[in-house]
Amino acid sequence: MSKVKITIDEQTVEVDEDSSLLEAAKEIGVDIPILCYHPDLSLHGACRVCVVEDEKSGKLLASCASPVRDGMKINTRSMKARKARRRNVELLLANHPNDCLGCDRNNHCELQDLTYELGIKSEDVEKFAGEKRELELDTAGPALKRDPNKCILCGRCVRICEEVQGVSALQFTERGFNSIVTTAFDLPQADINCVNCGQCATVCPVAAITELSEIDKVWAALEDDDKHVLVQTAPSIQATLGEEFGMETGTVVRGKMVAALRKLGFDQIFSTDFAADLTILEEGSEFLKKLNGEGELPHITSCCPGWVKGAEHNFPDLLKHLSSAKSPMQMFSALSKTYYPDQTGVDPEKIYTVAVMPCTAKKFEKDREEINGSDFKDTDAVLTTREFARMIKEMGIDFTSLPDEDFDELMGESTGAGTIFGTTGGVAEAAVRTVKEKLTGESLERLNLGFRGINEAEVRIGDRLVKVGIANGFANAQKLMEKVRSGESDLDFIEVMACPHGCVGGGGQPRPATDEKKEKRGQGLAAIDDTSKIRKSHENPQIIKLYDEFLGEPLGGESHHLLHTKYKARPKN
Amino acid sequence: MAEMTEEKLAEFLEPLKEILSRYEKKERYLIPVLQEAQEEYGYLPEEVMKEIALGLNLSLSQVYGVVTFYSQFHQQPRGNNIVRVCMGTACHVRGGEGILNAIKDELGIEAGETTDDLEFTLESVACIGACGLAPVIMVNDDTHGRLTPEKVPEIMAKYK
Repeated sequence: MSKVKITIDEQTVEVDEDSSLLEAAKEIGVDIPILCYHPDLSLHGACRVCVVEDEKSGKLLASCASPVRDGMKINTRSMKARKARRRNVELLLANHPNDCLGCDRNNHCELQDLTYELGIKSEDVEKFAGEKRELELDTAGPALKRDPNKCILCGRCVRICEEVQGVSALQFTERGFNSIVTTAFDLPQADINCVNCGQCATVCPVAAITELSEIDKVWAALEDDDKHVLVQTAPSIQATLGEEFGMETGTVVRGKMVAALRKLGFDQIFSTDFAADLTILEEGSEFLKKLNGEGELPHITSCCPGWVKGAEHNFPDLLKHLSSAKSPMQMFSALSKTYYPDQTGVDPEKIYTVAVMPCTAKKFEKDREEINGSDFKDTDAVLTTREFARMIKEMGIDFTSLPDEDFDELMGESTGAGTIFGTTGGVAEAAVRTVKEKLTGESLERLNLGFRGINEAEVRIGDRLVKVGIANGFANAQKLMEKVRSGESDLDFIEVMACPHGCVGGGGQPRPATDEKKEKRGQGLAAIDDTSKIRKSHENPQIIKLYDEFLGEPLGGESHHLLHTKYKARPKN
Repeated sequence: MAEMTEEKLAEFLEPLKEILSRYEKKERYLIPVLQEAQEEYGYLPEEVMKEIALGLNLSLSQVYGVVTFYSQFHQQPRGNNIVRVCMGTACHVRGGEGILNAIKDELGIEAGETTDDLEFTLESVACIGACGLAPVIMVNDDTHGRLTPEKVPEIMAKYK
């Protein structure tokens, strides 16, 4: 690509000719404030917060949407540019609710940060005070809460829902002052094709879209002496939680995370990674049967509740390909009220099971009517990584200086295979690792499938070449499923994760999130796998014990009853 | 719209299916399809928008977003007669407001509404380009100018 030379704040830089001014500035370490811009999404150019001054013409340019031109002289710091940015944010604030103190995003709000950084004071905003809207909130859940009064119409949610997820549940509707980002007919999220992935919540700069918090429920359970509170943490949490406490992206904080949970007062601290190993044994056995001609290929994973609901809406004809194995979270929860009381003598009626998940769709999954395996509600509460971090802060725990602690026995041991469930390619890799070894006794070389949105690999298992594919991001998943539907795809095993990069990019993960960060989080999980003593699910000693003493065989009667589920077709819209 | 049986719904959507059959399943045909559908049904009921979304492979929210953006699209049934009251500068100065109020009283509806018998839809609009006739209204394609509130009942009666 040819290069152009431009001057930004008196520094000359040579950049690709298709760069934007914003990108060019970033290359020389000049940070221009942004609001509607997001590096992983298409350009919108609506907020005009990133304006810079073209010194030759004196014009203000939105740097996100303005291409570089050879010989340009740009000033990002001129009074004119700063004043314009300030004015644009003041106007946004003019009809924005002024309730920062009690807001879900207080201290984690891009609009609040900009207000401070641009030097805007209360009186600057008051002079524009005008009509405010009082629109109804959508708090029906099951996963997300929408407050259109806080929305600043940046369109990030609309773009991610359409471009990355291919769902388009949210849209700009109405016009002018009445513009509002909402669903068709303003329907509650529960009644539409939303898959609850929460990607909208990860890119929303304000509190217009957040998870429906279950923190209070969990505090109440922890305070209740009559309850025996168990917690499980999903594989990806250990590689993302640290970000909430200022640690470098991708830092593995497994030991500190366990220590924090103990300080919060949970009675037993377990790992969803353990249940991921169990999922592999059940799902791997299912896949083996299909390979042997019992059931239809491709075998498609079902551990992602966003993907499952999306498939129910869009691919009802392919539901028969989905693994009947429950997700690790639900497997764990079913066992928490059957196997755990069986082994410990604790009254299952008193057990309260909390799941810390990277995901907002898990809040929906736990309430699915057909999901419970025990005689109780299997999962009582789901907390996102962000909610969990908030509880740690509320308790006044100095997270970064916590000493490492270990998970509790019985359901706390995991393998590298279970851990990589938290990132794209991980489930496929873990499954094939076990299937290959069970069939041939040979170990699997690394598949490393997770670097692209859609990827494929071939694995020789005995005399058979097994084709494995993955898709992450629901738009990618839809592309791959169209090929399955048309018969164009000849894959045998397909892993789908609805969020880009898999659970490390989940809707409940720390903000702000970008592709770059998600990749680092995934590397954190891969590093755990690389250094794990046990790397194959079927070698997890606690899983072996579970089958020996309680479940019997994978796909056996008890397993079938507790660990498998079914799906139902839903209308497309 | 009241709930329809599946059979009734299929029958109701028959003309729309014919419209959709003439277009490729692409997003760019949304506006022409909406226009034709509105021509057919008089407005765009929810069932019609749902079928259009399926027919063009769009989400319902995408269709709803476009319908609510353009003032040419209507989600409620429209009257047989469309009364447009000019609120442009000249009409404003010469008592347009009084004309609008007289029509509101006569029809018993507010601007933007339709009478229960579906005879009249009342709209207040910006200049209709007949300032010399101010204050002026249009009923369907007829122009009525130099109005006084007193003349309103007589004009409306012509269309009943």
